[in-house]
Formats: sequence, C-alpha cells, structure tokens
Amino acid sequence: MRLLFGSCFTLLIAAALGLGATWFTLTRGVAFGSLTIGAWTAWPKSGSVDIDPYARAAIARSGELPTGTGDGVAFYAHTDDAGNNFDGRCTFTISGMTPAARYWTVTLYDPQGRLVANAIDRHGFTSEEIVRDNDGRFAITVASLARPGNWLPSGGIEQFVLVWRLYDTPIGVATRTTKEGPMPAIARRGCS
Amino acid sequence: MIRALMWILAAVLLAGIVHLSTVLAMPQAAKQDAYSRLVPLAPVNTMVPLAAPSAESAVMPFMDPAFAAAVCRYDLTGGSLKLIAPVSQAYTSVTFYTRKSVAYYAINDRAAGRRSIELDLMTPEQHAQVPEEEDVTAADRLIIESPSTMGLIVLRALAPEPGLMPAARGALAAATCAIRPVQ
Repeated sequence: MRLLFGSCFTLLIAAALGLGATWFTLTRGVAFGSLTIGAWTAWPKSGSVDIDPYARAAIARSGELPTGTGDGVAFYAHTDDAGNNFDGRCTFTISGMTPAARYWTVTLYDPQGRLVANAIDRHGFTSEEIVRDNDGRFAITVASLARPGNWLPSGGIEQFVLVWRLYDTPIGVATRTTKEGPMPAIARRGCS
Repeated sequence: MIRALMWILAAVLLAGIVHLSTVLAMPQAAKQDAYSRLVPLAPVNTMVPLAAPSAESAVMPFMDPAFAAAVCRYDLTGGSLKLIAPVSQAYTSVTFYTRKSVAYYAINDRAAGRRSIELDLMTPEQHAQVPEEEDVTAADRLIIESPSTMGLIVLRALAPEPGLMPAARGALAAATCAIRPVQ
C-alpha cells in the first residue's frame, strides 16, 4: 500500500515538475550563450548549427526562423534599462548609440511576435529612414498617442517587445564587452 | 524519514528526465514550426515570395517588416539545387535552414561579392560525387552542403524606406531555385 502510494506520488510530482520546467524554459526564452547589453539580449548561437536544445525547442514551438549568423543578429528587449516592463500605456524613449552594422532595424511586436495594429501603419524604423539631429543622434518615442519626431506606436497593448536587428555586423558570438556593442538606452517617461 | 527522502529524490530525478526528454522531443513534435507553416504556401523546389507581415496576419512570428522575403522549400532527393538570386540595391541575404529550423548557413550580398548570389546546394553524398576537376576549375562556384535532405532557403531584401519595398520585391521576383537532376 505504502509502495503504491509512494510511486504514484513520485510519478505525479515528476510529471508536474518536469513538464512545468519545460513550459517555463520555453515561454521565458531560456537559452545558453546569451549576449546582454543594457536591456537588450541576443542569442548569437541561435543563428548557427551551435544552437542549444532549449533555443531549438523554443523556435520549433513558436514557428519563427532565427536570424542566421552570416546575416545579422537580433537583440530582444522586454523592459527598459531600469527593469520596467514594456507597458503600451506608458511612454518610453530609446536613444543613444548603435553598434557597427551596415543596416539596422527596430520593430515593435506583441509577446507572440505579431505586429501591432496602428493608424499610421508603422511597426518600426530602419537605420536609413530614422530622423536624426545635426550630430547624427536619434531618439525614438514609443507611445500609444502620436508624438513629434520618430514616433513608434505601441497601440496601448499590455506588453510589447522590441527587436533590434543588426545586419552585416561584427557583433556576434565573439562579442564579450559592452564597449564593442553600445546598444541604445531605454527610459520610461511616465504612464497614462 | 529516509524512505520519504528517497521518494523525493526519485521524483526529482524523474522530473529531470521528463524535462530533458520533452525539450529534446519538441522539434520533432512541433506541428506549427516554420517548415510546416510553409508547406501549404510554397511548392517544393520553387522560389515563392512571402506575403509581407501585417498586424492581421503573418506567415511566421517575428518577421522583419522592413524586408521583402522569398522562400524555396527544397528537397534534394532528385539532385542538387541551383540558387540564383540577384541582389537588391540596399541589402540582400540568403539563409539556409534545416527541416527543423536550424540556420546552418547564411551569406549576404557583400560577402558574395557579385551582382547576383549563385550557390549550389547539395547533400554531402552529392558533393562527394562532384568530379574533382570541376570542383577546382570553378573556383568561384560556391557549394553549400545541406545537413538534411529537406529544408528552407530564405531570401531577404531590405527596403530601407517603405517606398523602396516594390524594388526589393522586384529584385526577389527574379530569384530562382531549381533542381539539377543527377547525371
């Protein structure tokens, strides 16, 4: 009796813990070899045959195709530099430097990777179309209502994700320090 | 007490096995991976333009909306594959994926260094059968080995601003991928 109870209990706990851990790691995007600069995190190995089993599983589950290493590298941000979640009801500014790359793009998605509907049909910027000041610096304002300058509409959704993609860039698996790759700073400017 | 601890230890060990096996099995079990999403849209060994992602619909999540994209869903069973992709004005890249979405090779227009990117894709067995002199004389011939018989080739052309999207799409429309039967 005790043996039966013990083994049932063990099997139940094992299934719950094991599946829970799988679900947690795949939804949170746990993968090895991450490169974090400020609020931005990239997984350069996910674009090569050295991709780890967790990233493989997450990619198979979501249905996306990772950016190949010879193509570029994609940095993801879910919070600002202070750790505040990207809430579409708040205003965020992105400014500063970008690492060396031939081109870059920044895109706003919902957590499932879908573009967010908005009146001006804008989902991001490329390095060519962004408006810069006389010194070549830029600032992007992420907000639900129209702003002057580089306005990236958030659609007011509860949580958004920013993806900064660098194309034809030396940033990658070998990048170690933040000096090599200064990523733009993100700050929250208040919530409505 | 000891017996209870033993049960807990067994549970944790089993949980670890369950966790690792489900993570490893996920690529095989996934029904909505990129390849499966492209099966109804892309006939085999044909270059097909992909619809631009929008808020309403997208072929795959996390597509870059600044890029025009085309895909060739390949199957090397009948022979090696010849890929020809004219480069667009701004930036063009070609990425090769296995059936399980692993990006095993990627090249951009500057690395390819020509007006068009030309590649031969073959399995390691087909590569071994290429006559050696042909391999040497055609020094500019780029041969890529595919680790899997089936997979995806994705062509991406950047439109630096929305007005240049038709030009990027046009450049990709001229791209071809075709099987070359085994001699």
